[in-house]
Amino acid sequence: MEKPSLFGKTLDELKQVASKLDLPKYAAKQMAEWLYKKNVVSIEEMSNLSKKTREDLATNFQMGKVAHSKEQVSVDGTKKYLFPSGQNKFIEAAYIPDEDRATLCVSSQVGCKMGCLFCMTGKQGFQSNLSAGEIVNQIFSLPEKEKLTNIVYMGMGEPFDNLQEVLKSLEILTSEWGAGMSPRRITVSTIGIVPAMEEFLEKSECHLAVSLHTPFDEERRKLMPINTVYPINKVLSEVRSWDFGKQRRLSFEYIMFKDLNDTTAHVNELARLLNGLRCRINLIRFHPIPDTPLLSSDSEKMESFKAALEVKGITTTIRRSRGEDIYAACGLLSTKELVKKEESDY
Amino acid sequence: MANSYSTAKSDLQLVPFEISRKHQLAEDVYLISVPRKSDFEAGQVVAVSLSDGQTPRLYSIASGNAGPEISILFNIKKDGFLSPQLANSKEGDRILVSAPFGNFTCRDEKACWIASGTGIAPFASMFFSGQWKGKTLIHGGRTVDSFYFQDDIAPVMKESYIRCCSQENGLGLYQGRLTSYLKEQTYLDLSQKYYLCGSPEMVVDVRDILISKKVPFENIISEIYF
Repeated sequence: MEKPSLFGKTLDELKQVASKLDLPKYAAKQMAEWLYKKNVVSIEEMSNLSKKTREDLATNFQMGKVAHSKEQVSVDGTKKYLFPSGQNKFIEAAYIPDEDRATLCVSSQVGCKMGCLFCMTGKQGFQSNLSAGEIVNQIFSLPEKEKLTNIVYMGMGEPFDNLQEVLKSLEILTSEWGAGMSPRRITVSTIGIVPAMEEFLEKSECHLAVSLHTPFDEERRKLMPINTVYPINKVLSEVRSWDFGKQRRLSFEYIMFKDLNDTTAHVNELARLLNGLRCRINLIRFHPIPDTPLLSSDSEKMESFKAALEVKGITTTIRRSRGEDIYAACGLLSTKELVKKEESDY
Repeated sequence: MANSYSTAKSDLQLVPFEISRKHQLAEDVYLISVPRKSDFEAGQVVAVSLSDGQTPRLYSIASGNAGPEISILFNIKKDGFLSPQLANSKEGDRILVSAPFGNFTCRDEKACWIASGTGIAPFASMFFSGQWKGKTLIHGGRTVDSFYFQDDIAPVMKESYIRCCSQENGLGLYQGRLTSYLKEQTYLDLSQKYYLCGSPEMVVDVRDILISKKVPFENIISEIYF
């Protein structure tokens, strides 16, 4: 059986490790520093721990950091990294450098259960949840780690369907004993699993992005099966019950589909729904996936939709498409061809 | 940071019930019932937990909306935390259940219901609520004992009830996966609604097949286990 990983453990969990191995309490902080500040790749490198301690750790644990197994580079500079996750399972992370920032889009699951009509990850079904270690490994094992300014949980999977591991990963990234990142540099995206969203808002200070894609329930449930249990009004009443303050950001993701969700009626209903909510809308060009009946709105339509929303007082941005040529753009991440098909129930 | 509780939260307020009935329908598949204390629409779900503080899971109601009980159908998940405990529970045990919610509802329209495994639950609820007229039910399972409620459904829905069995043969069963059955169909009613419930893999595969056969995506409504 594989040894458990040290990497991905929170300070409390490292304290348990220290206790189990009869190490002094401060050893947990020392380990956290080696793991998350000095970013070492082996237990042997933890040089302020005694040799015996390092031997005991190595007997009981593996380090748990995993290098990427493949890298693809887009003409626009975006890079897509493939990371293994256990046997026959893989995830992708997209590194998106820009003039004034560098963002990493991380995955939280191998595959996804949510089955959104427009998403390539959904087409591979669900294989497994990532551990907190596998989530933060995408960041710590990134060759461009030192250049990173922002992290978005918008890769493969629904973060709030793997909430506990996602919360642990956020704790590692934002704690003083961990990577010490500001939560204002991290955005977690969800399709709106309400109870998990509530727990996230309570326990984390990171930004929240909600995939909305239409303000109409009947339309949304045809695009996103989740809407049959958590319709728009439930999602919005949850976010309305929180004070986002001045620093924490609430945004709504809105993929634009030609002649489907890009009409004046959509602008008006969005304005009505979001009235009084301090938020912004990110308009996203749809990147077609195989067998999809959907088309993207054109640039002109996206600009006019943005202008119409701004007239209504809603801060609106158009997200620039990045990495489409290497299938790293929004909605295109998938490792379907690499994962071993598991037995289905039919 | 938290403000007052909203309606979103109140849906998931869990109330204690005593399990009134527990049936094993197949290996690792159970039906658990509690007394019905509120109205619901066939196709809705309830959140279920066994103790305060335990993260609840959502289950489709599998019983009719006029009956004395609310029943849920589940199979034991390999790595699940709740389903193995539910499977070990007994009649009379305490269970926490939310009020019904959700809008995977169908009613009187002409429609095709497509389910895999325990995804039959919302359609069983619709069937037991008398909403089967004008419906076709296609149910996929691996083995002949996968067709839960078939003794109730088959005599009523007759040829509109299609059971697709992928790993065994049986009288009246289509031998093969439900995706194979759908691919073989030369005619699909493009105007009716298609309701899908089951694993993500089934829903995505079936949706792709229906779309490839020119069913407008607007006519496909899905509910996925998660």
